[in-house]
Amino acid sequence: MDMALYEHLLIARQDISAQAVDALATHLKTIVEGEGGKVEKQEYWGLRSLAYRIKKNRKGHYVLLNINAPSKAVVELERQLKINEDVLRFLTVKVEAFEVSSNKARRDDAAGVAVAKPEGVAEEIAL
Amino acid sequence: MSYGGHGGGGGRGGDRGERGDREGGAGGQRRPFFRRKKTCPFSGAGAPKIDYKDVKLLQRFISERGKIVPSRITAVSTKKQRLLANAIKRARFMALLPYVLE
Repeated sequence: MDMALYEHLLIARQDISAQAVDALATHLKTIVEGEGGKVEKQEYWGLRSLAYRIKKNRKGHYVLLNINAPSKAVVELERQLKINEDVLRFLTVKVEAFEVSSNKARRDDAAGVAVAKPEGVAEEIAL
Repeated sequence: MSYGGHGGGGGRGGDRGERGDREGGAGGQRRPFFRRKKTCPFSGAGAPKIDYKDVKLLQRFISERGKIVPSRITAVSTKKQRLLANAIKRARFMALLPYVLE
């Protein structure tokens, strides 16, 4: 079966516990595996503050899944996530290759994205 | 509103005139406001990969208002600007970057 690589990022509601997020991720993993795919990596980014409010949430649990699966696994995964009320948002991106987790530090640095400070060139102009 | 005001004909017209001056005086004396040619920050060896998850990188290419900075200011190549714009929009959707900053 034709397989492809997908990066899947989702945001879960702020009120659920980290264990519940973990359980959700394992649940998603079984869905993918049920369709003949594989979850190559699962990364929990923690409770991050959102850049804007989504359904009255100011924070959210971010989970990144690297999936190697046929397209119908993704279709099923997204169908289930649309139903799930604990999930605020998700994004699946097809990639050629998974990134090596080198810029994780960068991401963590900018954890509080609420006040973004443009540097360098961006300062020259006030758009 | 501010967008239209800023990008208005005045500023752009001045830019064009300036460039014309430089071309005209290329053989003669050097203009005082000569600008060195900037290169694309995403091209060449060791350039960072454009990725929507790399918030810190993307933040350098949005204005204080949260807008995507035009490539004529950041010197990003056309192809990379397209990828960059896509990445910023993805980051916005996933609430990693704001749509507007007040």
